[in-house]
Amino acid sequence: MKTRLSALPIDGQACVSTLDPACPMRRRLLDLGFTQGAQARCLYQSPWGDPRAYWVRGAVVALRNADAAQIWLGEDEGS
Amino acid sequence: MSAVIALAGNPNVGKSTVFNRLTGLRQHTGNWPGKTVAVAKGRFCWGGNSFQLIDLPGAYSLMAHSAEEEITRDYLLEGKYGAVCVVCDATSLLRSLPLALQAMEITPNVVVCVNLMDEAAARGIHVDGQALEKGLGVPVACVSARDGAGMDQLMAKLDRVCRQGNPPPPPTPYPPQVEGALAGSASTPQGRWRALARMEEDPELQSALVSGLYRRCEALCRQALSGRNPEPFPRQLRLDRLLTGRWVGIPAMLLLMALVFYLTIAASNLPSSLLSRLLFSLEEVFSRWMGAAGAPAWLEGALVQGVYRVTAWVVSVMLPPMAIFFPLFTLLEDLGYLPRVAFNLDGCFRRCRACGKQALTMLMGFGCNAAGATGCRIIDSPRERLIALLTNALVPCNGRFPLLILLLTLYACAGVGGAALPALGLTGLVALSVMMTFLASRLLSATLLKGMPSAFALEMPPFRRPQVGRVLVRSLLDRTLFVLGRALMVAAPAGLLLWCLCAVRVQGISLAARLAQALDPVGRFMGLDGVLLAAFLLGFPANELVLPIALMLYQSGGTLVQPGEAAQVGAILTANGWTGLTALCAMLFTLFHWPCSTTLLTIKKETGSLKWTAVAALLPTLLGAALCTAVYQIGRWFL
Repeated sequence: MKTRLSALPIDGQACVSTLDPACPMRRRLLDLGFTQGAQARCLYQSPWGDPRAYWVRGAVVALRNADAAQIWLGEDEGS
Repeated sequence: MSAVIALAGNPNVGKSTVFNRLTGLRQHTGNWPGKTVAVAKGRFCWGGNSFQLIDLPGAYSLMAHSAEEEITRDYLLEGKYGAVCVVCDATSLLRSLPLALQAMEITPNVVVCVNLMDEAAARGIHVDGQALEKGLGVPVACVSARDGAGMDQLMAKLDRVCRQGNPPPPPTPYPPQVEGALAGSASTPQGRWRALARMEEDPELQSALVSGLYRRCEALCRQALSGRNPEPFPRQLRLDRLLTGRWVGIPAMLLLMALVFYLTIAASNLPSSLLSRLLFSLEEVFSRWMGAAGAPAWLEGALVQGVYRVTAWVVSVMLPPMAIFFPLFTLLEDLGYLPRVAFNLDGCFRRCRACGKQALTMLMGFGCNAAGATGCRIIDSPRERLIALLTNALVPCNGRFPLLILLLTLYACAGVGGAALPALGLTGLVALSVMMTFLASRLLSATLLKGMPSAFALEMPPFRRPQVGRVLVRSLLDRTLFVLGRALMVAAPAGLLLWCLCAVRVQGISLAARLAQALDPVGRFMGLDGVLLAAFLLGFPANELVLPIALMLYQSGGTLVQPGEAAQVGAILTANGWTGLTALCAMLFTLFHWPCSTTLLTIKKETGSLKWTAVAALLPTLLGAALCTAVYQIGRWFL
């Protein structure tokens, strides 16, 4: 089962699997820690529901849903 | 010849605190946002040696993606330093170590400074500096720069590296495909780094590269970290969910803004009138001196009634609100609230096809539009950066606040005591200017700057206890005095020019009065009058001059009224035919007209284009003129 980071419910947690190769901010997302195997958790969202804030590798990063949709998730290893 | 030390680190790891702790606040930077966009320099001494410290802009990676990262990377590649100090965050070591490893690919002379040890300890995270040192192969110093713990050790290690250098640290092992591509490239200095940088072109290799980097960081963290796993701090999370909540987020933001304005207005009334009384009693002294020295009347007029009086006006009107507003704002910044504002407002900016970070540059604009324009460098996409640049002057800067406050106090809430109503009115005006920013951004995205919003990633730093003492010093010295100094440099010559314009008469009418006369039809059509429009034109060097100029022109004697009591100013305005509607139009035009000369020069420098500078001047002017005309033409049917 593959889902996108943008589909993760609040407080949901999953492992990052791959990034869309065509994603223009690939490198930025990698630098922020969205690499293969990283645990990501959705913490909260803005009053409009977009962007949302994610916990990844020890910090909180806000991403717009359109960008979070470029990040594919694998099976949750945390549970 | 002192050794040079470069300070690098991710954003939000307390790099500036380390810098200030090392240099003892002897920093030369006029950076408003607290974000290091320009490179700051400082000095410190240790063990009889003196060092020059270069504060490089915050970077996540040396594979440059933003202007700041480019500056940092180029500086490190140039190699004109004795050591590089990479500041890491003890509470999230995993994400700050990759930069240190990348720096070690460029030079062996790296000292890793693990900052925020106190915060990590409070969260139950323990960092073993020696284990980290062994794993990395370069010196590691654990510090908490906020209270100064461990700084001696850091300086000792920097000193040693500057004198002796480091032996080459063990290279980061990359996945096989990366190592294969690297083979044979390590023979020349920085050859390995250049080969790594070339791999950025290939998405496959890029992923493998960053994964390899993180894998080593994970291994290092396993050796060096003990105690609790880093995880979202429950108290912080609750606060964040509240402040970004659907029902609380926006109202809380507005309330906080109103509170800041209330404190500014309420607390600056008394010092403002005391200051003006003092400065104007000094004026008489100067006048007497000039008389005693036998100076001719024109010289006394030019110097005392021109230069001194305008300057005293600017000081007494500007200094008190600024000395209160800037520290309050810096406090919010230090607390970490500003990124939450950007987070809350990003939805609006996305709909306007702009970048959420524009919220940050907009907030900087409240301090000074020129600083806001410089701050636009934090936006990566050129299209979105231009939008932020062109719309920055739509929010009132600190030079315009006093005029707004005065008019609100006089007209919106006359008779009703206290500062609560003016503060609410000001909050409303600021909300209007923010909405205008959205409107103008959307307009630009649909016309001159067509395009879709690009990606947006913003790190939300944890809330931190503000360092009240440092905030006071920094905001007073760096911001208040800086802005005041610049305003004074403009005010003194402007005062002279104004006095001349008022004193030189052609056929019995002064030049200034002629200008006002010529502008009168246009001004009246917009609900203002010729004098006010002339004042806005002559106030081009600095917005704080608009009201003094207008008062000077109304008192056609040609000299500036003494500020003193607000009621006195109100009496002059009313005597010249001002109504509530005039005041409203004046406030709207104060919000939306051409940016001051400093801001326009900054925009010219940032865009390098006369065309965009012209757009930056025309856009707010047209918006303001249209709005004033509409309000006046509709309003006069009701009044």
